[in-house]
This record gives sequence, structure tokens and C-alpha cells, in this order.
Amino acid sequence: MTMTKQTYAPGTHPSLPPPKNTIGFTFWLKENLFSSATNSIVTLVSIYLLYLALPSAINWLFIDATYVGTTRKDCAPDGACLAFIGERFNLFVYGFYPAELRWRVNLATILLAVAGAAVLWDKIPARKHMLKFALAYPFIGAWLLSGGLGLEPVGTHLFGGLMLTLTIGVTGIVGSLPLGILLALGRQSNLPIIKYFCIGFIEFIRGVPLITLLFVASTMLSYFLPPGTTFDLLMRVLIMVTLFASAYMAEVIRGGLQALPKGQLEAAESLGLNYPQAMRFIILPQALKISIPGIVNTFIGLYKDSTLVIVIGLLDPLGIGRASVADSDWLGLSTEVYLFVAVFFFISCFGMARYSLYLENKLNTGHKR
Amino acid sequence: MSETQSNSTADLCIEIRNMDKWYGDFHVLKNINLEVRKGEKIVICGPSGSGKSTMIRCINRLEEHQKGDIIVDGTELTNDLKNIDAVRREVGMVFQHFNLFPHLTVLENCTLAPIWVRKVPKAEAEATAMEFLERVKIPEQANKYPGQLSGGQQQRVAIARSLCMRPNIMLFDEPTSALDPEMIKEVLDTMVSLAEEGITMLCVTHEMGFAKKVADRVIFMDEGEIIESNSPHEFFDNPQHDRTKLFLSQILDH
Repeated sequence: MTMTKQTYAPGTHPSLPPPKNTIGFTFWLKENLFSSATNSIVTLVSIYLLYLALPSAINWLFIDATYVGTTRKDCAPDGACLAFIGERFNLFVYGFYPAELRWRVNLATILLAVAGAAVLWDKIPARKHMLKFALAYPFIGAWLLSGGLGLEPVGTHLFGGLMLTLTIGVTGIVGSLPLGILLALGRQSNLPIIKYFCIGFIEFIRGVPLITLLFVASTMLSYFLPPGTTFDLLMRVLIMVTLFASAYMAEVIRGGLQALPKGQLEAAESLGLNYPQAMRFIILPQALKISIPGIVNTFIGLYKDSTLVIVIGLLDPLGIGRASVADSDWLGLSTEVYLFVAVFFFISCFGMARYSLYLENKLNTGHKR
Repeated sequence: MSETQSNSTADLCIEIRNMDKWYGDFHVLKNINLEVRKGEKIVICGPSGSGKSTMIRCINRLEEHQKGDIIVDGTELTNDLKNIDAVRREVGMVFQHFNLFPHLTVLENCTLAPIWVRKVPKAEAEATAMEFLERVKIPEQANKYPGQLSGGQQQRVAIARSLCMRPNIMLFDEPTSALDPEMIKEVLDTMVSLAEEGITMLCVTHEMGFAKKVADRVIFMDEGEIIESNSPHEFFDNPQHDRTKLFLSQILDH
């Protein structure tokens, strides 16, 4: 400490750079991994565990793995039998969708990506027109997938695999958000009929397991409908999943609405904005922003819950995985199959989680200080 | 009192007659009678919990009254949403906690209501907004978000936001109570210059200097009643009521 301390006259002290050793990689290491004895031990133990686990996992999954083959016997005993995944890949993706019509699923998926980009990414060129396309997409997608109007009809009992998960997930997400907003606003309504209808709906749906609702959709609904009406099974599932998610969504959004200071609505009202305007411009943008983590949480839950359709005989990737594991040519491959399904779900859900973080960052206008 | 009665009712701007309000069982406002002429500046003071904020919030129906009449610019406030909207278009309000919209820029805060309520074209609304932001001396902040401004700046934006609707009446609900001392002056200066332009103002405030400077009348409220209403000169130098005297002695002694 022989450094001479420079002195400044009052009012002339300039801003100085931070002292050395408080920035850079070594500092990061020291601060985060070796800041104390306990921390150093945890770091070293973690490195040792990774050393134990990683090499064998990599060996199993990549180096010793078998990528081509037609039966279990073609696979090396010590490696992953990825040949099986390759063999069944189309089944995992398209379910039982007729092979010669799979281009329609592909096209629908590409268009979904375009529509999704228009909604999720505000810097897309010509966004106004893209959004119109996104609004029309549900009809285009449904038409491509199920046919009719010039396309060969494909029964929804042939839907399966990833495309089934995507169909249920995207429909549920797109449907449950607006429905959830309406329910949340309705629950706060001054009109008792609307208010108690919303409360009753939300509490009923939340109080019943999704599996029960799916059973109701698949079996009991036909008792309530006029005889002779056929109502597509997948359609019923989509409606049930959407209603189920919307009840949760409503409560998440209600949390956001209640987090807003009362003054926001008062300011909007004092400026003469009517109720719809105040909701649209002032209240909902802020309430939804606050609710983003909860909304995405509900989305992810809904997406993963779509695997429950297995109980009413629809085969999503997990269902197809389970059926495949039972194949006598390929016995004993559950690890590979479930790992594949897990990776698929993880990628989708992790993507949603990252997008929600991006959105939260983008919408942060600095009032959270 | 005689000066208000001598004026004809034709230029009355706000008329409150025998108004009562309860929160549940609690009688917050008791038989309020108040007439405000066009262009009049009124300062309302009183201890906390005396109902002064509640009273001015009744004037644009942020609070509902249960008895009596409130007539604003010839429109009576009832449950009729049309009347409420009509009154709110003409009455601006500035809040203690600013209540700016944090997700919109300063400029958007100022143009939202004119565009959607008054149906003013966007370019014109923005020009008006810039004009008022200049008036409150912060045009350079137009594209920032409220969270990036100081309290005093935010309150001036809130004043500009109200003015953009070109109201006939401005209500101020303790506009300086949430501000740091060094920011109170900039807001009061804005309010003084506004007062000089002849807009009708009702101001709940503890700033007695402001009251002396601009008020035509000072109203003292306590426990939901208007106790005393007088010119600032009479009010401060010759208070009539014991409770007024007590209040003044408590706030002026420091």
C-alpha cells in the first residue's frame, strides 16, 4: 500500500476506473467458483462427478452407439441403439398419418413457424400482413392437416407423434390465453352473473383432474349430444385441453391484474378512457407483462400434459414410445426411446422458457427500480 | 361567502349540493355544499383523513357519492356512463403518485387519450403534446419512459398529460406530497403558471405558500365536513373556527 493517494479539491473529483482484479475471467472464477473453502470444495466435487459421468455417457450415446440396423441384434451391446429411433422416426413424427400425405404436415409445420415468427418477433418484415396471415393460420393449418375442400380427408384418429403434440399444444396455447384473459376480467366484473359464472367455471375446471376431463370428452360427451351427431374425438380433446389451461391462465392473469396499482385504472379513467380502452391500452399490457413467467409456466404445463391423451387412445410421442418398447424385434430399448422423447419435450419447453425471458427483458421499460 | 353568492349561477362550473358519502358504515363526507365559478382557484386543506381527496375524487366520479347532487359543467353525475365519460373528458386530474403509464413513453402517455377519446389525428396529438411538454419544460424527455425520470419530472408529465385533453377543470390531489423537497418547487411553478392562464383549479395541498399566492378561496375540511371557506387573506390572518385555528397553528409553527 505504498500508492500515493491523490487528492482532489472538493467538487473536482473525477470518475475513476475500478481497481484491478475486480473484472475479467480470473476474477469471475475466483468470485463464483472459489470464493470460499466450501465453494471450492463444491466446485472440485462437481468437477469430479462430471469426470465420472460424462465420459461413459458420451461413450454410450455417441461412440459405442449403433446408428443403422433393422433389429435389436444389429445393435452393439454396450452402446445406445439409435438405429431403432431412426427406424421408427417417421412414426414418432407423423404418427399414423398416411405416408403419401405427409407433405401436408410438413407444410403446415413450416407455415406454423412463419405465423409463429410473426406473432413472437416484432422485427419481422411486413409484420402487419404477417399478422393477418397468423390470424388465418388456425384455419389453414386445420385444413391442411385434416383435409376437405379439395384435399383428401385424413381422420384425426391417424394423428400421432410430434404432430399430435404440436396440434394440441399450439391450439391450447393459442386458445387459452384470450379465454384466460376474458375469464380473469370477468372474475373482477361488477356484474354478479358474469362474475359468478367465471368463478364457477374456473373453480370447477381447476378442481377436476385433466384425465377426468379427457375421459368425459372421449366417452361421456356423446351422451349429452343429440343422438347421431358425431363430434371428432381430437376436436373434443382440443376443447377440453383449452378450457383446462384457460382456467389456470385466468388465475395467473388475475395475479397480474391485482399486482397493478389502483392508480393506473384511475388515471386511465380520469383521462376519459372507457373500460375496453383502459383494459386494452393500460391495464392488460402491464398485467400480462407481470404475468409472463406464470403464463409460460401454464403453457409448458399444458404442453407436457398433452401426453395424457394416451389414456383415451391417442398416441403422442410418449404413447408411440411405449408402444415401440413393446415391439418383440426391439426389446429392452426403453432408455433410448424415453431419452428421445425427453429430448424432444425438453427442447420445446426450454425454447418457451428462453423466449419468455427475452420477452420480459424487451418489455422492461425501467420502471422496476 | 357573500362573493360567491353574488355571482349568477350561469358561470358556475362545479356545483355540489348536500352531498354525502359513506365507505361502508363510515360517513366520510357529510353534507358537502360547494360552488365553483369558472376560472376560480380553490385550495382545499385539512388534516389527513378529513375527506378532502375523497371530495375532489367525487367530482370526476373516481368515487361514487350516495346522496345529493354533483353537477359539473352542466352535466349531473349519476350512474349514467355517458355522463361520467362526458365529465371525465372535461376534467383533468393530477395524482399524488403521478400514475403515469410506465409501459408507454412520455409522449405516448400524453397522446393516448386525445387519440382514442377525442379522436384527434396522431400527428396533431403529438404536436399538442410537445407543446404542453414544452410548457412544463421537459420536451427533451418526450421519448423516455416514466421510470427514467425524476419524481418532479414525472409529476410535470402528469400535468401535461391532463392538459393534452384540454380540460376546463383541473383537479390536483396532493400533487407535491410524494416529492423530494427540491422537486416541489418545479411542480408548484408549473401549477402557478397554469393558474395564471385562467383554468379552473381545485387543489388539495399542504403548500400554504401556494395557497396564499394563487388561491381565490381556501377551504378547510375536517372529519368529512367543510368547516370554513374564505379568501386566503381572511383564512390565514383571521380564521373563524377553532379547528381551523388549531390546524393553522400546527402547520405554520414550523
